[in-house]
Amino acid sequence: MTDTTLTITNCTAIPLQRVPSLPVNTFRETLLELVNQQQRRVSAFFAMPGADTGQGLELIAVLANDNDHTCDLTRTTIQDEFASLTPECPTFAWFERELAEQYSIAITGHPWLKPIRFQPPMIDGAADPANPPKTIIAGDTDYFTMDGEGTHEVAVGPVHASVIEPGHFRFQCLGEDVYSLEISLGYQHRGVEKMLLGGPDRRTLPMIATVSGDSTIASTTAYAQLCECLAPSLKPSPDALLLRGIAAELERLANHVGDLGALAGDVAYLPTASFCGRLRGEFLNMTAEICGNRFGRNLVRPGGVKFALTPAKAEKIFRWLDQVSKDVDNALNLMFEAATVLDRFENIGPVSKTAALDIGLVGPAARAAGLDCDIRFSHPYACYADTAPARSEASGGDTLARALIRRREITASTKWLKEQLALWKKDNQTTPAATALPALAPDSIAVSLVEAWRGEMCHVAVTDAQGAFRRYKIVDPSFHNWFGLALSMRGEQISHFPICNKSFNLSYCGHDL
Amino acid sequence: MLKVFKARLQQGYQTGKFPPAPPNLPDRFLGRPAIDMAKCRADCELCQQVCPTKAIIPADGDKGKKALSIDMGRCLFCGECAAACPTKAITFDPTDFHLSTFCREGLIDPQKRGEPPQELQELCGLSLVIRQVSAGGCAACELDFNVLNTLAWDLSRFGISVTASPRHADCLLVTGPVTRNMLIGLEKTYSAMPRPKWVIACGACAISGGIYQDSSECLGGVGDIIKPDLYIPGCPPHPATILQGILHLMGKHIPKDADTQSKS
Repeated sequence: MTDTTLTITNCTAIPLQRVPSLPVNTFRETLLELVNQQQRRVSAFFAMPGADTGQGLELIAVLANDNDHTCDLTRTTIQDEFASLTPECPTFAWFERELAEQYSIAITGHPWLKPIRFQPPMIDGAADPANPPKTIIAGDTDYFTMDGEGTHEVAVGPVHASVIEPGHFRFQCLGEDVYSLEISLGYQHRGVEKMLLGGPDRRTLPMIATVSGDSTIASTTAYAQLCECLAPSLKPSPDALLLRGIAAELERLANHVGDLGALAGDVAYLPTASFCGRLRGEFLNMTAEICGNRFGRNLVRPGGVKFALTPAKAEKIFRWLDQVSKDVDNALNLMFEAATVLDRFENIGPVSKTAALDIGLVGPAARAAGLDCDIRFSHPYACYADTAPARSEASGGDTLARALIRRREITASTKWLKEQLALWKKDNQTTPAATALPALAPDSIAVSLVEAWRGEMCHVAVTDAQGAFRRYKIVDPSFHNWFGLALSMRGEQISHFPICNKSFNLSYCGHDL
Repeated sequence: MLKVFKARLQQGYQTGKFPPAPPNLPDRFLGRPAIDMAKCRADCELCQQVCPTKAIIPADGDKGKKALSIDMGRCLFCGECAAACPTKAITFDPTDFHLSTFCREGLIDPQKRGEPPQELQELCGLSLVIRQVSAGGCAACELDFNVLNTLAWDLSRFGISVTASPRHADCLLVTGPVTRNMLIGLEKTYSAMPRPKWVIACGACAISGGIYQDSSECLGGVGDIIKPDLYIPGCPPHPATILQGILHLMGKHIPKDADTQSKS
């Protein structure tokens, strides 16, 4: 710990008072120094109203230190203005757009300050009949433009061609080549963070489960960990922690297999596309075998898990997985041996290691660019401190690398799951968590990081004097990565967009909250 | 090419037997909810206190006795009410996935399920083209609708297909609580569809706003904007529930087996 930051480990709660509150200039210098010089990653950077009215806004930063397995926390108080860090450190770009939108902060000097979710401010302002709030129309903002002979603009969405969530894409093209892609989101904004204020209550857990419905295990685990460190009497048993890990790896497998199938489909390699569509469902059904729901709803809860994985069920899933993993290998071997597929993936949509680092890319997309970031290893939680799938690596940062890292993670997670299920058959018995939630520690801040299948997911809770949520911040991996997709398209043919998009497969609702 | 044939042989025939055989549902699946008023104490209200979506509502009981109903249009099928009930009066039938109805009231009272629109059966009984719009959906409803297009469910064998253009669509399938930011997109898609056209509300969010029913950023589902012709409850609905609902809409009703039929 230094005098400018407080260093904590993942899944820790501390009184908010212990986080140094710096003068704004020192706060800015500290963030720039830590991120630019000392390889910290910005896990969260958010605002909340001061504890008493008229106290301005508090800005809180959570910086992950991947080498040291810790997080640095720092904060400051501002009135309604903050000088942008983005020109010196681009990873802050989207965080600052969010600050401006959620709390009407004037971010001076931001190079491209525009709405991020098209949401009304988090604080309900006093009604001013003379100045009614401007009607918000999603997507109605400035975009990059390009002039000259042969240039043209392609606008896509919000409603897309297939069964997928809405978002708006603007391509500036010269002939077939894309000069720039801008991604404008917010169509899925449901007001999650606003509704979580004052919680936890009976709505909190199911709402957290639907932040991004394909990452329910990751998201509910992040929430459960926050509650557990804010209320130490909620102590999950080791086998409950292991079951969270098992469910998380099943979630990773389902989505990675589905993504590779979708990639195959986009380059018209139909055998793997067809096989993987079915195989993805097998992993969802294994999850449903544990908790009754294909997406893992109702499984993870503060204090542990709701359902026991009986040895008989573990045995059943073990055999099932054994069979399914053979079919997965078969389907994926076919695809990765096909020259027509590799030719379409190789050198398409590259994101360099430097660019990935600069914009704060996370998850498989970052690992594909050669970055060494995986919360399961850098900030271990649940069972991952004791046992975890082998680390997977890739390099190159192109679509092929993003496909290969998934392939390797599928192999690693399958092997690990088989080992854990084989052990489970003999002796583990999950103890279901109690239903009642005790009071949370008052005036505290807690940080919980998990490695969702898309990458780092960060939940931060700040409690008030009664222990209720004064602020609940969710940073979905997609929040970090959407700009990576935009970068990957620079200089690409516009016809490569579908496979670049699938190779990231980002969440709209997780970003939009 | 030979490798592809060999792989196809290894993968085998994987399309499920539903319908007509029942789908493989896990033993912990939460299907149709029911309250046994003979067991219910009716005064403890514990189920209502734990329900995240206010899905347990007062109903007309016999001879003025207080009674409760479960509104499947709001229900997340989380099972918290069943766990909280001291007299075990609330159950979720793990085999009954036939949950869809043709009117909103049917989600509260199974007797009022309604009938599929006659005109749709006459015009689209053999083929139905669907345009899907996600209006704040969390991706779970979208994914479990999409999964019907995989070889495990093989949607096209029923004449059902998904289209990109609303001009080619008979039917609009809406997911999500309808966010303010998607209202224009939803309305434009609907108005771009030729008449006659029908609407499916898929999932608790699209039916009632679900867990987002109190959000100032959402509009409480599709019902106040466009009246749905088919309601598919669940959070998310199981693929079998979605398929059974759409088939019933087309007039291809799959009867439940005798056991579940006698219960409902």
